[in-house]
Amino acid sequence: MTPESDDELWSAIGDPSRRRVLDLLVRRGEASASWLAGQVPFSRQAVSKHLVVLEQAGLISRRKQGREVLYQVDAERLDQATRVMGELASQWDRRLNTIKRLAEAAHAQTQTTRRDVEQS
Amino acid sequence: MAEFQIEREVVIDAPVEVVWRTITEPEQIRQWFADRVELELEPGGRGLMGFEDRALPLVVEAVEPPTRFSFRWNHFAGEEPAAGNSTLVEFTLVGEGEHTRLQVVESGLELLAWPVGDKERFADEHRGGWAMYMDRLARLLAER
Repeated sequence: MTPESDDELWSAIGDPSRRRVLDLLVRRGEASASWLAGQVPFSRQAVSKHLVVLEQAGLISRRKQGREVLYQVDAERLDQATRVMGELASQWDRRLNTIKRLAEAAHAQTQTTRRDVEQS
Repeated sequence: MAEFQIEREVVIDAPVEVVWRTITEPEQIRQWFADRVELELEPGGRGLMGFEDRALPLVVEAVEPPTRFSFRWNHFAGEEPAAGNSTLVEFTLVGEGEHTRLQVVESGLELLAWPVGDKERFADEHRGGWAMYMDRLARLLAER
C-alpha cells in the first residue's frame, strides 16, 4: 500500500457515515446507491459523496448493470488494509511485555535484597 | 459504532507500586518506549518522547498513583492537545496480591488525518487504530 493511498484510506474510514455505508456493502455484497440511501438516515446525495470517497480509497469498486450502477467491497484491498492495521496492537503488546519484564526483574531484585538483609 | 481504539492487557508478577514506577519514571520509560523521554508527572505536565530524529510532545492528563496514568500525544506541532487532534493513551493498574493487571487503551485514532510529513511513524504505529473494525469487516466478508 502506498503512503498516498493510506491517507485516503484513513479519512475514508474515519467518517462514521461512511463506515455505515461500507458496513451495508459488506453485508449486502453488492448494492446500488438508491438501495443504500434507503437504509441510512442521510440523503441520496450524501450517499453518493461517500461512495466516491470510498471508491477513491480503493475500498469499493463499481460495475454497470443495465441502467444501474452497483457497488461492492474490494475484498483484497480490505484484507491488505487489515493486515497492515494489526501493527499498532502488536506494538502495544511488545511494549507491555517489556514493561512486564522490567517490573518483574525489579521486583525479583528487591526480594533478593530483602532476603539478604533478613539473613545477615 | 464505538470510536476506534486499541486495548491491550498484561498480567505482571510484581506489585502495583513496582509497575507504576516502570511506566512513569523516565529512566524506565526509555527502556520500553522512546529513546529520549522527558516527563513532568502531574496533570497538565509537559513531556516529550524522542524517537531517533523525531521528538513528539505530550501532555499528561491523569496521574493517580499507583492506579492511573494517561497522556495525550500525536497532536500537530504548535497545537494544544485535546480531544479531536490527539490520541489518548491510558494506563490502568489493578493490584491483585503480588500480581498487577496492566491495561493500556489508546483511543481517538479515528479523529486523526495523518499529516504528510509525519507519515513514517504514523504509518508504522497507527494503522492499527482501525484494526478491530477492519478485522470485523474482513470476518463478515469471509462469512459471506
